[in-house]
Amino acid sequence: MTRKHRRLILVLACGAGLGSAVALTLSAFRDSVAFFVSPSEIAAKAPPAGRSFRLGGLVEAGSLHRTMDGARPAATFEVTDGHATVSVHYIGILPDLFREGQGVVALGTIAPDGSFRANEVLAKHDEAYMPKEVADALKKSGHWNPAAGPPPPAATWNDMTVTGAKQAKAGG
Amino acid sequence: MIPELGHFTLALGVAFGFAQAFLPLWGAARGDARLMQAAPALALGQFLALGTSFFCLAWSSAVSDFSVLNVAENSNSLEPLIYKITGSWGNHEGSILFWCLILSLCGAAVAAFGGNLPSSLRARVIGVLGAAGVGFALFALLESDPFLRLWPPPVDGRDLNPLLQDPGLAMHPPILYTGYVGFAVPFAFAVAALLEGRIDAAWGRWVRPWTLAAWCFLTGGIALGSWWAYYELGWGGFWFWDPVENASLLPWLTGTALLHSALVVEKREALKVWTVLLAICTFSLSLSGTFLVRSGILNSVHAFANDPARGVFILVLLGLVVGGSLLLFGLRAPVLAASGIFAPVSREGALVLNNILLCSIAAVVLTGTTYPLFADLLLGEKLSVGAPFFNATVFPLAMPLFAAMAVGPMLSWKRADLGAALMKLWWAALVAAVAGVVMATRAALLPALAFAAAAWLILGALADLIERVRLFRIPLGASARRLMGLSRGSLGTTIAHAGLGVTIAGIAAMSLAHAAIVLLHPGETAKLGGYDWQLVNVHDADGPNYAARVATIRISRDGRLVTVLAPERRSFPVQQITTTEAKISTNGLRDLYAVLGEERDGGAVLRLHVNPLAPWIWFGALIMAVGGMVSLADRRLRVGAPARRAAVAAA
Repeated sequence: MTRKHRRLILVLACGAGLGSAVALTLSAFRDSVAFFVSPSEIAAKAPPAGRSFRLGGLVEAGSLHRTMDGARPAATFEVTDGHATVSVHYIGILPDLFREGQGVVALGTIAPDGSFRANEVLAKHDEAYMPKEVADALKKSGHWNPAAGPPPPAATWNDMTVTGAKQAKAGG
Repeated sequence: MIPELGHFTLALGVAFGFAQAFLPLWGAARGDARLMQAAPALALGQFLALGTSFFCLAWSSAVSDFSVLNVAENSNSLEPLIYKITGSWGNHEGSILFWCLILSLCGAAVAAFGGNLPSSLRARVIGVLGAAGVGFALFALLESDPFLRLWPPPVDGRDLNPLLQDPGLAMHPPILYTGYVGFAVPFAFAVAALLEGRIDAAWGRWVRPWTLAAWCFLTGGIALGSWWAYYELGWGGFWFWDPVENASLLPWLTGTALLHSALVVEKREALKVWTVLLAICTFSLSLSGTFLVRSGILNSVHAFANDPARGVFILVLLGLVVGGSLLLFGLRAPVLAASGIFAPVSREGALVLNNILLCSIAAVVLTGTTYPLFADLLLGEKLSVGAPFFNATVFPLAMPLFAAMAVGPMLSWKRADLGAALMKLWWAALVAAVAGVVMATRAALLPALAFAAAAWLILGALADLIERVRLFRIPLGASARRLMGLSRGSLGTTIAHAGLGVTIAGIAAMSLAHAAIVLLHPGETAKLGGYDWQLVNVHDADGPNYAARVATIRISRDGRLVTVLAPERRSFPVQQITTTEAKISTNGLRDLYAVLGEERDGGAVLRLHVNPLAPWIWFGALIMAVGGMVSLADRRLRVGAPARRAAVAAA
């Protein structure tokens, strides 16, 4: 076997390694990347049922109900970005820092009835924290101009627009 | 007074750093022996200065000097002393100072133990270490000064994040940072070799022990972090593919590859250019892992501070160190002549395969970790890449690696007989296949394959050992003598490979775990995994700086009491944070794991887990680190005492 031969084998082996890495990455990206979606985006165009994604927004004040799903503890609450709300159903223990009126990110799928089934609910271990995606969604929906200071307290959000959004939804 | 001394010595450390970065490199370039000789003293000076500085910070924290902003924000007078001290590296400013301290320790270690290096190489290595670290020390001094004073001082501090008030996490950062920063030494050797334009087997012999030491610490640090996540975060999992976890895994993957390719440089003088590139990449990944996460650019639950000014400073530093070294590599790599020929089927060939696969895995993990960042910047899309992606990409690439791992050490250098090596492993292969088939009936395909891989690795390591001591083919006494006479290097390899097998068995067994979330009233019993979990009561208990609710759970099996677990929910009034303290009972073969959730309607929500083989995950990592240390003992003997090696060879 000549030196050229050996180099060829080496290059082929590297190519095979990298090639399979690229192929695996691309195929996995197709089905396992979770997009971040805000409540207004769901209201505008609901993602296909069964596709897993991340829903972010503020937990509407007074919307949390702790229930039981068979023998398992469950919770339902509304997530809002000011324009629209989505009802979230979650079976399990809510994180310690889950509070009404604070930012939350939930991972799950949309059910046929239009509500969101969360497999995972994330709230960061920090009182003042607003998840980055939630902050961006709030900015996008025009409710918060970052230049004007910190985001307004969640309570005002709910009063201002959510009722309007709900009425619009009921009317439409 | 003490904080000012700390501030002054930090500034002194920066001054030493600049001197260490310029004088030895300049001296080596000009061939000036006096400037080159200054290198060890400068490195020791920098270490002493930064050591004093960090000691002052820890002291301020230990005596609760709340006139120091950093102490006031991260400490509290009621906190136990140990967490006051460990809290000094548990925050952004303190951790950066600590990082610089460890890097200066590396420089001091090269100065202290590098007496037998050629003086120009030693001067260059120390100089490059100084250059890599001085920017970050300057950053600590200018942008994240841990000694800022606060006036008027608050009555009490804001307390350390309760999640960090834990003995496991107290030791996690020092070990992990030593691992991260330890890769600076192979990096400095690589850059020094590019400057010198020469690499030989002696270079490989020098680089490998440093790589090995850093690798041991990084392995231990990652395992400790994962163990902490398992018992402290109370989610029942051990690895979440969070950016900060991936950031520590990436240098581990390329560092493992570097460990193996440095072996080829040392023994066969091949793969030199590739090894230099790997050393540069490993330290670059360590650096970017530490600082990208800390700067808040990657969205992670672990990020300390999200200050854009800090982010830009760190990005510029990263660009200088990573970009500069890669540029140097591009310019100088062609100077390093390739040599050493080997057949595809040989020990070298197996190590090349190891490198290809490890680097492919690293590339996949890097892509998954940074993709959300690029998708946001370039496409304006918000998305997250989670565990499903990593599971689907990493494991298919890891399987051939595991398959080759048992065979590789049995191949001889230069040209090997694959058939003969496989013949020695037939019984390991048989047991692995049986294990895989048996598990396939109880678990999914991937865990079954992982079980087979675990059996293959552990038994393969055993087969290798049996082969080396010629067990049962020569008298037992002779075998024992051969075992004692085995080189520590190959013994370390065997131990570390078996350790990985133990870890994989633990990870695979997680697929057989049982978990349930139940609402129990006192006196009620839940059944899970063959155990009866009875909630006895929920009561109050107070700690030094928190109030707790404690659930008492009696766990029995077939009427016999197994253990009593008392998971807690702790409320920390100062930070207004509630944490869950999971309680775990282990017997080495399975963990019983209980978490107390919220209380409602007079009952308590409990999350219960039965995790078979879970402790093996960290036990295996410990075995790997021990294997690394055994191998390290060998290196020290050979590097330090060449005469003794000659004597052994003669005998």
